[in-house]
Order: sequence, then structure tokens, then C-alpha cells
Amino acid sequence: MLQVENLSVDFRVDSGWIRSVDEVSFALDAQSTLGIVGESGSGKSVTALSILRLHARRNTRMTGRIVFDGEDLLAMPERRLHEMRGRDIAMIFQDPMHSLNPVLTIGDQIGETLRIHQGLNRAAAEKAAAGLLDMVRIPDAKRRVTDFPHQLSGGMRQRVMIAMAIACRPRLLIADEPTTALDVTVQAQILDLLRDLREEIGMAVILISHDLGLVAEFAERVLVMYAGELVEDAPARNIFEAPAHPYSEGLLKAIPSADVDMHRLYAIPGRIPDPGDRPPGCNFAPRCALAQPACSATPPALDTLAPGHRIRCPVRLAAREPAA
Amino acid sequence: MPRLIAFRIAQAIPVMFVVAVLTFLLMHMLPGDPATLIAGDMADQDAIAQVRRDLGLDRPVLAQLWLWITNLAQGDFGKSLMLNQPVAEAVWERLPVTLSLALVAFVITIPVGIVLGVVAAVWRDTWVDSAVMFLALIGVSVPNFWIAILSVILFSVTLGWLPSSGYVPMGTDFWRWLASLIQPATVLALFQIGYLARMTRSAMLDVLDQDYIRTARAKGVSPRKTILKHAFRNTLMQVVTVSGYILSLLIGGSVVIEQIFAMPGIGRLLVQAIMARDYPVVQGTMLMLGFAFVFINIVIDLIYAYVDPRVRYD
Repeated sequence: MLQVENLSVDFRVDSGWIRSVDEVSFALDAQSTLGIVGESGSGKSVTALSILRLHARRNTRMTGRIVFDGEDLLAMPERRLHEMRGRDIAMIFQDPMHSLNPVLTIGDQIGETLRIHQGLNRAAAEKAAAGLLDMVRIPDAKRRVTDFPHQLSGGMRQRVMIAMAIACRPRLLIADEPTTALDVTVQAQILDLLRDLREEIGMAVILISHDLGLVAEFAERVLVMYAGELVEDAPARNIFEAPAHPYSEGLLKAIPSADVDMHRLYAIPGRIPDPGDRPPGCNFAPRCALAQPACSATPPALDTLAPGHRIRCPVRLAAREPAA
Repeated sequence: MPRLIAFRIAQAIPVMFVVAVLTFLLMHMLPGDPATLIAGDMADQDAIAQVRRDLGLDRPVLAQLWLWITNLAQGDFGKSLMLNQPVAEAVWERLPVTLSLALVAFVITIPVGIVLGVVAAVWRDTWVDSAVMFLALIGVSVPNFWIAILSVILFSVTLGWLPSSGYVPMGTDFWRWLASLIQPATVLALFQIGYLARMTRSAMLDVLDQDYIRTARAKGVSPRKTILKHAFRNTLMQVVTVSGYILSLLIGGSVVIEQIFAMPGIGRLLVQAIMARDYPVVQGTMLMLGFAFVFINIVIDLIYAYVDPRVRYD
């Protein structure tokens, strides 16, 4: 259903252009779930925003193709894109406190999606909005439609965002860090809700998060991004049980665990390189325990480790080859 | 809401009292003696002293202040020294002129300033933006008395389209009223248009960067509706706040404009009264202006509560 091919995204800065996402390719089947994991600055959110072309046009350059149902989203005219946004592909964002318009009622904001894409009138849209609030399990939905965002808690607002996103029963929902700004207990509820709605509507979901544990639990397939590049693409089970890329390994080790007695929490040494100042070879080499001299010389390619499992690490690929 | 109104009015009372006392003291600190001016060039010391006694100016300043305040509390603004007329009457007669001038200027400023600001923000960093911001810069930096003179030379003297001075009451002839106001009001508005356009532009740019604008775009809202519905409503809250300030400045600015266009308004009265050391008139006028500013602020607070749902419920 969705193929992203060699997507690169550059942003204009004072001194020219910097590359934020570098030649990323992946595919997604209808009704499947995909997780994208990485630290801040890895390019995961930028990749997600590119699918709906939500970057400010004046300082962004996108190359490659993003094909959705046979149409290239990057090449299509604005007007056609507006038709698809919210109807075929919907998106929810990280910060529910600021993602809702403070001066419009939530019923108006949810109903707007339906008014635009299904031509509903105001009254019908408002009624449908109440139904959607019910669907995202907001109690007393009928009375809530006239509320303003500031009258709701963070978790409730994210539910409103979800209601808005699923209003037209999209085929793809992109959730960009949907639980990062919420309490842990609320996080679990929101993820449960997303899981149930996915089933009910039969939509595909891309979940973006810095939390590998959360993603591995939710998604069938996981992409790990580092410094704008895809470093591992594998079924969630593989990543969780036997991550192949040293970076994925580090991310997994960095999840605090209750049943292991640790004096210190693990952290990957060093930090993600600036987009304008990346190392000549492998981006991760300066922080990598397995790094060889060759790693810092030539940028590694993304290669197949096993069927359905790609990594960008020559050291690990070489280690596996004799066995295969 | 009624509680909010009552609270704001209660707050206004001490403000008005401070305005009254300060104006009084400032006036009496000015050098110059109204009695000398009134008695005329030929008067001898006795005559001047007589006038001073008649006006009550021979008493201690604090006693004069006390008398003035107690009279004020009974609604008596006193009598003008130069006009031989009660202050309230003198101000009341001239009020329509100043109000017409300020309100017409306001009606010009608000739409023009907002539209220019929004246009500049939407086409930011293009030639449209640069052109609007250049005009706005001219508006705020060129003194309006100079623009007024140029404008009179062009529209009144050369083209003969508009009267160069004077004021026709609305009751006499609506069109002549408007014709007498359009030139001074526009000149008065120019500075505020520049200010409002710059303010609106930066408020709009700020709003366009907000997450909820991205949400609207992600839903498939057209760019036009994103600007007009989602962004503009939020920009409006900041515009409402400054619009009260702008109206106050327009009333204040009319002092200069009334001089240039020889319009018999409050501003002209104030300047004449200061020249003649006509204490009661200056004090009464200042008090009226202070009252107008306080009143405008209360109205703005109420409008604000209407535009921003968060104010209504908090």
C-alpha cells in the first residue's frame, strides 16, 4: 500500500542545506503495523511528516518517491494532496496540549474533517463528532462536543486527536510519539485504544517513538533510524530478541528493567552527530564498541542479513556470512 | 461576567483619583499665573490681586485641591477661567469633534492594519512582505504633522478635493462631515496602521508556527481556510488587545491633528487652556481623557473574554 523509495529530506539553514533524512526506503502493507524508533534527531518524525508533506515548503527539499496506492505523494498537486490528507492518511502528534486549536470547540475540530471530506453539514458533523468521541471512550461524549481543549486533560486531548484522525476511517494512521507527553498509565490506555481502533477500522498504523520497548510491543515490523539513516529493518520479534545492529542493541539495553538488579542505568556513550557534521564513514562508528578501522572510512550500505531483515553494519553482516 | 465588569469598574475608581491629583499638581507646578493673563497688560498689582482672589487662587494649593476634588465628587468640574463657561459644558461641546476624528481614524486603522499584517505574514519573505513592511516603517517613522502638510498641499491646494481645515457637525450634513474628517483621520491613522500591521504580522507568524496549524493541514483543511479560520481567530486575540491601546493613542494623537487642521475639538481646547493657564479646563479635560482610556480598557477586557474561550471560563 505504501512504498517509500530513497526518501531524502533537506532543510535550509543559514549556511546552505543540511540533510535530515538520508535515502530511506521501506514498504508497508495494508492493515499492518510499523514502528519507527530512534533518538531525537534521528529523522524519524521528519520521515513521518514527509508522508503528508507537512514540512514548510519554503525551507524544505524532498527527493525520492512516496507511493501510496500507486500515486506518488511527493509529485502530486497540492489540491489532490488536500483531498487525501485526513481522508486516506491521517496523523496524530506528540503534544496534545498544543495540537488542538484553543479557540474552537472539539466538536467543531473533529467535525471539520467530516465537513471537508464527506460534505456533512454542521449539525450532522457535530452529531458524528459525538459518536467519534464515544468511539475513543470519552465519557459523556454528547456534552463534551461543545468543550474547548483547555477543559480537557492531556490524555483526553490525545483521544480527541485520535477521534479527529479516524473520523474518515483512513487506511493509514501515522502516530508521531503519541504517548510521549502523557503519564505512563495514560500511555497504556492510548496504545490499547490505538490497537483496538486499528482492528475495528482495519487501518495500517505507523507508530513513531524513541521507546523501543513500546514499539516492539505494538508493531509487527520495526525500523531503527540513526542520524537520518535506516540502520535496521526487521520483524519486531527479531529486534527485541536478537537485535543485529549495535545501535539497536544499545537502545534495547538502555530500557530500564525492573527484574535485573542494576546500579546504573545503561546509556549509549557519546551523542548523535550534528546533521551538518557527520563522520565520513558509518555514522554510528564513533559510538560503536564493534567499530573497525574500515567503519570510519566508507559509509556502509543497508544489506540483507536474513530474509526480511536488513541492517547497515558490515561487521555484523560479515560475522553472519560464513554461517549462512 | 457581571462580576468581572463590577470588579473592573471598582478598579477604575482609584486610578481616576490618582489621575485627578496628578493633573492638578502638575498644572500648579507650571510657571505662569492665570490672574496676570486674565487681568490684561494694563492691570496694576491691585487689579491682579483682585482677580486672583476672585478665582480663589490666593489660597494654599492643597486647599484648592481639596475644594476641586470635593466639587468633582458632586459632579462639578468648575468654571473655565478664559471662556467664562462651565468646564463640563466646554468639554461637552467639543467632544463630538474629537470622538469623530478618533473613531473615523480607528475605523480606517483596524481593517487596513490587519489586512496588511496578514498579507505580509502569509507571503513572508517575498516582495509582498517587504513592500508592506516598508510602508509600515514609513507610517511609524515619518512625523504625522509633516505628512499632514504634504497631504493638504496635494489634496486641498493642488487638487482641491478636500477641505484643508475646519469641521462640519454630522447633524448639519453627513457627507460634508465625512469630507471634513477624511483627511485628518487618515493622517492620524497612518502611524497606527504601520504599528498594527507590524504587530499583526508577527502575531500571525507566531500562530502559523503552532502545532494546531499543522493539525489543521494534516486534516486536509485548505490553505485559505487554515489562514482564515484556524490562524486568524488566534491572531485576533492579540489584535483586540492592542486595538484598545490604538484607540487611546488616536484620541491622544488628535491633539496635534486638531491643531493642524484647525478643528474645534478637545485637543485644541487642551492646548489653548494650557497656554492660558486655565487650570480647571486642563484638569477637567485630562480627567475626561483619563476616563476615556479606562473605559476603553474595560471594553477591551470584555471583548477579550468573548474572543478567547479560556478567559470566559477561568
